[in-house]
Amino acid sequence: MHSEYLFFMQFFMSGLSMGSIYALVALGFVLIYKSTSILNLAQGEFLMVGAYICLSMTLDFHLNFFVSFLITMVFSVILGLAVERLVLRPLIGEPIISVIMVTLGLTYILRGLVIMLWGNDIRQFNIFPEQPIDLWGVKLTYLYIYSMGISLILLTFFAIFFKYARTGIFMRAVADHQTASQSMGISVKRVFAISWCIAAVVSSIGGILVGNIGGVGVDLSYIGLKVLPAVIFGGLDSILGAIIGGLVVGVLEFLSAGYLDPYIPAINEVFPFIVLVLVLMIRPYGLFGTEEIERV
Amino acid sequence: MPAGLFHENYHTDERIFQTWFAKVWLIAFLLGGVLFPVFGSKYAISIMIEVGIAIIACHGLNILTGFTGQISLGHAAFMGVGAYACSILIGQAGLPFIVALPMAGAVAALVGMIFGIPSLRLRGLYLAMATIAAQFIIEFTIRRWDSLTGGVEGMLVDPGSIGPFHFDNHYHLYYLTFILAIAATMATKNIVRSRSGRAFVAIRDRYLAAEVIGVNVFRYRLMSFAVSSFFAGIAGALLAQYLQVITHESFTIHQSIDYLAMCIIGGLGHLLGGIYGVGFWFILERILEVVTTTLNSTYPDHMTWFVSIREIVFGFVIVSFLIFEPDGLAARWRTIRAYWKLWPFSY
Repeated sequence: MHSEYLFFMQFFMSGLSMGSIYALVALGFVLIYKSTSILNLAQGEFLMVGAYICLSMTLDFHLNFFVSFLITMVFSVILGLAVERLVLRPLIGEPIISVIMVTLGLTYILRGLVIMLWGNDIRQFNIFPEQPIDLWGVKLTYLYIYSMGISLILLTFFAIFFKYARTGIFMRAVADHQTASQSMGISVKRVFAISWCIAAVVSSIGGILVGNIGGVGVDLSYIGLKVLPAVIFGGLDSILGAIIGGLVVGVLEFLSAGYLDPYIPAINEVFPFIVLVLVLMIRPYGLFGTEEIERV
Repeated sequence: MPAGLFHENYHTDERIFQTWFAKVWLIAFLLGGVLFPVFGSKYAISIMIEVGIAIIACHGLNILTGFTGQISLGHAAFMGVGAYACSILIGQAGLPFIVALPMAGAVAALVGMIFGIPSLRLRGLYLAMATIAAQFIIEFTIRRWDSLTGGVEGMLVDPGSIGPFHFDNHYHLYYLTFILAIAATMATKNIVRSRSGRAFVAIRDRYLAAEVIGVNVFRYRLMSFAVSSFFAGIAGALLAQYLQVITHESFTIHQSIDYLAMCIIGGLGHLLGGIYGVGFWFILERILEVVTTTLNSTYPDHMTWFVSIREIVFGFVIVSFLIFEPDGLAARWRTIRAYWKLWPFSY
């Protein structure tokens, strides 16, 4: 009984820490969707670019990890701004497929550039100590605990930011009604730009955290797609939903690895997508998303 | 040349090829296609087989995304279903190719319909995500169902044959692909002209209005999924014959994105869009291949820089088409033709 409990807790805690990273990336998705109604499928590439820049600053230029972290943040802000200004702004008002496809085109460009600059190999950070610590019998590496901590701090920060900060309130206003907020003197364009910046920054933080856990490679960008189930589960336009969805999907992924793996090997790779299909069939607007009601 | 088309009865209005000019070009094109293997090199023929397969797949995607407006990011997965179904039916069930090919299409159509069921409630973005999920689930199934698909190591495809034609011979496969590509184009054209085609377009343009005028939206969406996946299945079966060894890597989400990109470049919702898009894509690919090899031989020290030129260029092409010519080459071709039609007396 006790060992079964430990087994469960082991996967649960690992899932929770992975889930907190998913929640960060999902936050980026939701922010962009909420303010601009764009589903940014290049989020995973943002994450990968962030991880690569930080890695290259630390390992190739031998900078302090925190310095390279800050440089990465600056880069992500520039990346977010550039993408919003050059690619997405000309497409305002175009059909959904154009917008989806343009973000997919971006994934090609960003992935190509990353391969061009850094090659195809998986590289390790090796910054945090490897040996696990014992939490009431559950073994976790420092990395997992750090990433959980950092994600939770950031998520709290953004929760407060949207509630009390002036810019945060602007962003919620634009998400609620663009024309109305424009007539109140809020610059919608600036809000769009800020959303893209924040999304790029949170996803590259997520990228650095994941990169520390599993190494930095081109495959990191798949996290962007893995987060889709989390976003849908929580509701595409709900920040709270993104956080809860991220945690739930992370936990489900690890629990499925723990319990279902003996029956269907490596089921955890697709388990989030099976959840996605189920959620879409049962409750497409997610836990906290706004339900669109249509009557004929 | 006449200054315009003047229809005097419904019969001329409903013709597929409305001018003698179009007919002449069509005959020239068909002749060119039939005679191509006579003077084309082996390499050129294998490229043309790929082109034909891509055209069939793109017509399928164009029916679903271009005419019905349902975004699909899982097209390559449905091709995968067709490819594996055909190869398994030939290799393990011992069916003749001529039976296995349409059955592969049918199996793909069935799977497509299953993943089309969410379209009962979903549209746009959400449906796109359901198709992404379909892509991953199918890919996973292919990769892990070792006993049936050979898992990650892939599967050897038994070459199919119809009568005296054996499709491990690329000349024979070329003619098969050519005939099927023409059949697919004709089928698409006629589906779009029919009652169901008009229902598809109505759903795309405004599905609520379509429902009001009596189109059964769910039924036609499912039908669109089925037709599209059937085309994908046939294309996949041909691809399996062409590649001779298939793995899940031929049917990843990247291929799905590529097919969607071809359709967009060519022009979604235009019959010839698929053909233009595929043509553009393959020509650009060959040019990039030449550029990359030249760069590699000129700067052998910087090989790694040029590995991803293809991806970057295609990314830029997709993005710039969407920004500058969202209706694709088909629309561009029409404006060019309209400009030259009455030139220099355009008023």
